[in-house]
Amino acid sequence: MNARTLSTFFYRRPTFYLLLLLAPPLLWLGTAYLGTLFALLTQSIYSIDEFTAQIVRTPTLATYRQLFTQPANLDIVLRTLTMAICVTIAAAFIAFPIANYMVRYASPATRAAFYVAILVPMWASYLVKVYAWRLILAKEGILNWMFEAAGAEGVLAAILQIPGIGGPSLASSYIGMFIVFVYMWLPYMILPIAAALERVPASLLQASADLGARPRQTLRSVVLPLVTPGLAAGSVFTFSLTLGDYIIPSIVGAPGYFIGMMVYQQQGTAGNIPLAAAFSVVPIVLIGVYLALVKRLGAFDAM
Amino acid sequence: MAPAVEFRSVARTFGTVRAVDGVSLSVEPGEFFAMLGPSGSGKTTCLRLIAGFELPDEGHVLLDGRDVSSVPPYERNVNTVFQDYALFPHMTVLENVAYGPRMRGVKSDDRTAAAREMLNLVKLHGFEDRRPAQLSGGQKQRVALARALINHPKVLLLDEPLGALDLKLREEMQIELRSLQRRIGITFIYVTHDQGEALSMSDRVAVFNAGRIEQMASARELYTKPRTTFVARFVGGANVAEGEVAARLAGSPQPFAIRAESVHVLAPGEPVAPGLVSAEGTVLDVQFHGATSRWQVRLDAGDVFSATRGTGDSSNVPSAAGERVRLAWPRASMVMLEA
Amino acid sequence: MRCRRVPLLSRLTAYAGIAFLHFPVLIILLYAFTTEDRTYEFPPPGLTLKWFRLAFERSDMWAAMRLSLAVASVATLAALVLGTLAALALASGRFRGKNTITLLFVLPIALPGIITGIALLSAIKLVGLAPGFWTIVAGHATFCIVIVHNNVIARLRRLPPSWVEASMDLGADGWQTFRAVLLPQIGTALLAGGLLAFALSFDEIIVTIFTSGHERTLPIWFFNELFRPRDRPITNVVAVFVIAATLIPIVLAYYLTRPAEERT
Repeated sequence: MNARTLSTFFYRRPTFYLLLLLAPPLLWLGTAYLGTLFALLTQSIYSIDEFTAQIVRTPTLATYRQLFTQPANLDIVLRTLTMAICVTIAAAFIAFPIANYMVRYASPATRAAFYVAILVPMWASYLVKVYAWRLILAKEGILNWMFEAAGAEGVLAAILQIPGIGGPSLASSYIGMFIVFVYMWLPYMILPIAAALERVPASLLQASADLGARPRQTLRSVVLPLVTPGLAAGSVFTFSLTLGDYIIPSIVGAPGYFIGMMVYQQQGTAGNIPLAAAFSVVPIVLIGVYLALVKRLGAFDAM
Repeated sequence: MAPAVEFRSVARTFGTVRAVDGVSLSVEPGEFFAMLGPSGSGKTTCLRLIAGFELPDEGHVLLDGRDVSSVPPYERNVNTVFQDYALFPHMTVLENVAYGPRMRGVKSDDRTAAAREMLNLVKLHGFEDRRPAQLSGGQKQRVALARALINHPKVLLLDEPLGALDLKLREEMQIELRSLQRRIGITFIYVTHDQGEALSMSDRVAVFNAGRIEQMASARELYTKPRTTFVARFVGGANVAEGEVAARLAGSPQPFAIRAESVHVLAPGEPVAPGLVSAEGTVLDVQFHGATSRWQVRLDAGDVFSATRGTGDSSNVPSAAGERVRLAWPRASMVMLEA
Repeated sequence: MRCRRVPLLSRLTAYAGIAFLHFPVLIILLYAFTTEDRTYEFPPPGLTLKWFRLAFERSDMWAAMRLSLAVASVATLAALVLGTLAALALASGRFRGKNTITLLFVLPIALPGIITGIALLSAIKLVGLAPGFWTIVAGHATFCIVIVHNNVIARLRRLPPSWVEASMDLGADGWQTFRAVLLPQIGTALLAGGLLAFALSFDEIIVTIFTSGHERTLPIWFFNELFRPRDRPITNVVAVFVIAATLIPIVLAYYLTRPAEERT
C-alpha cells in the first residue's frame, strides 16, 4: 500500500481520518490533563489520618467540611477573591487607555512597535519579573527612593498604615501585592481589548461623530459596548490568574494567606494532599462561575 | 460516445438542507455548458460533485461513462478554475502552472517547457517568475486557467471565474474563454449567477433553483420558450403574470410570460389591433437606456409590467410618473408557463 | 481611524503604560552590575562585572539549566507533533463534538497553573509514581500542546480551503498536498509555536514546583535562591540570562506569525 492508496482510503472515510488525527492528542489531554483533574477531585474526597499522616482512601466529605467550617479558611477565600476582583478592575482601567491609543491614534508603525513593546514584558520570565518587583518595592529600593526624593515619605508611611492594604513595608503589603498583580497581568488585558477595538469599523465612529456625538459620548455609547467582549476576555485572565497564584503572595506578601499559598503549603510540609485538593476546587468553581458569566458577554469569541 | 459528464438522480444533503435534490443531467463532449442560478441553488455543489470535492449522498456521478462517485479529485480527469483563483502564493507563476505535471512525476525540463507554452496560450508570456501577489485579477485568472489546462483534462470546470473583474474586462474575458474553448475543443462547465454571461457564452444552459434543474436548453430556447415562472423571470427578465393577475389579463389563471420588447405602449383609449391583449395602468417610471426606453407600469390588474420602446419612435405616449397609459401585446407572443 | 489631533492625555497614558511595563526588567538589568551585594540599594553604589564571573562558576546553576533545557526540548517536541495533529483535525470544520474538544484545548490555559500542578500531584500520589524528569515533562507538555495547536490552527484558519482543493484537483494526493501546499504555509506557525512552547517550558515554575520532586529546573533554582540574600547579585545575573534566553525565541515567534499584510 503506497501513499496514494492510503490517501484515497481516507478520502472515502473522512470521519475515520479525523478520528485518527485526533486520537493521539486527545489521548494525551484525556489522561495527562482531564485524568489528573479527576485525580484531584478524588483526592479531595479522601482525608488525612491525623496520627499517621497517611492519606485514608475512603470517600468522605470531612475534608470539605474542614475547609468550609474553619473561619480562617473562609477568610482566605474572601481575601483572594477580593484581590482578584480589584486587580481585574484596576487592570481594565489602565489597559483601556493604552489599547485605545494604540488602535485609534497610533500610526501603523507605532502600533506594531506597541505590540512588540507589550509582548516582550508579557513573555519575559515570570519569576524574574516578580523578583524585580521585590527589589523595587524593598525599603531601600527604587520606589522608596522616589518617594524620598519627592519628600513624600510621610505619604508612603501613611498609606502603609492603612489597615487591610498596608503592611510593614511595600514589599510585604497588600498594596504592594496589588501593584505586582496588576503589572503582571496588564498585557493579558491590553491585548484582547486592542483586538476588540480593532474590530470596530472606523465608519461607526465617523457615523457617530456625523450624528453629533462628542468623543466622550461616542466612547460611551458606541465603543464601550462593542469592546465589552474584549474586556470580558481579558478579565478572565486577570481573574483566574490572580485567584490561583501562590508565588506572588509568598514573595511580595502580607502575612495573610491566599488560596494558592494554602494549596502549596498543605501539599508541601503538611503532606495533606486531600486538603490541598479541596482548596483548589474552590478556584475551579469560582472560575467556572465567572466563565459562565462572561460567556454571555461574548468573551469566548474575543479570546 | 458517452457523455462527458452525467448525473443520475444525484442528491447531496448538508445537515438538513438538500443542496442538490435529485439532479439528472448529461453534458456532451466538447460542449460549453453553463449552470445558472441564484446563490444557494445548488449549482456550485454540482460543480464540486463533478470535481470530487463532494461525494453524492444518493445517485451517481459519471465521467466519460465511468462511475466516479468514490474517486478522489486527483484521479479524475477534470480540472477546476476556482472563484478565488486559489493560486499558491509561495510559488512563482511558472511553478503554479507546472504544479499538475510535477505531481504526476513529469521531469523538470519537460514540465517547465509545457508550462511556458501554456502561459503563451493565455497571453501571459514574460510573467513566469512573478508571484501571484504581484498580479492583477485578470492575470491571476489566466494563470489559474493555464494551471488547469496544462493537465489536458477532459472537462474544465469554472466556478464563477469572472465575478471579481470589472465590466469591460469581464466582457473581454467572456469572448476569450469562448474562443479558447472552441480552439481546444474540451468540455467546459461554467457556473454563474449572471444570466447574460450564461446566455452569451454557452451552447446549453441548466437553470438551477433550490437544488433542482428547472430547465435545461439552449440559450435561445430558454429566452424564447421558458418553461417555468422562475426561468422566465431569472433569464432575461420577462414580464410574468400568475394566478389572479393572469386571469384578469388573459382570461385564464395559467401563468404566462411576455417579453418587454413585445409590449407596446399606447395612449389610454387608443384602439388596439385584433389579436392583441391590452391592459390599462399607471406609469411608475420611464428609464432611458440609450437606444430604447423602458416603461415601468403598474397595471390595474395588479403587478408591474415593463415595456420597451425605441427612442426613435416619435408618436406621443404618456411618459410622466402617474400618467395613465395602455399596454398591448400579441397573444401569440405570450409564452404559457408551468407553475 | 486616526484623528488628526491626538489627545495629549491619551498619548501620555499610553507611553506611561509601556514604560511601566518595561521598568522592572530594566531594573534587574541594572542590578546585575551593582557592587552592593544585597542589591536593594538604589541608586546602586557602583557597577561591576564580577557577578557574571561568579554566576558562571556555580555548578548547581548549570545542572539546573541543563535540566530545564532537556525538559523544554522533550515537551516542545511532543507538542509539535500532537499540537499539529489536533490543529489539522480541528481546522477541518464541521463535525459533532467539535465545541467540546475546543473547550478541552482552552482549559489548560484558562485554569490557573496551580490547578494543573496540584492535579498532577494528586494523580502522581494516587498512582504511586515517583516525581522526576518525566512528571515535569508531563506537566509542561500539556500547555505546550495547547500553544502549538493555537498557533497552527490560527494559521490554518487563514488558509483558503480552495488551496487544498486546487492541489488535489491538479493531481496531488493528501500527502503530496500536505508537503507542497500546507507545510510551507504552516511552517512558520509551527516554528513560532515551537519557540513559544520552548520559552514557556524553560521559564515554567508554577506547575513544576508540584511535579519536580527533588529535581531542580532553573526556575526552581532561581526560586530557592530568592531567599538567600548573600548571593542575590548572582541571581540577578541569571535573571538577565533567563530573560535573554526566553525573549529571543518569543520575539522571533512574533515576527514569524504576523499576518503577511502587516509585513510592509
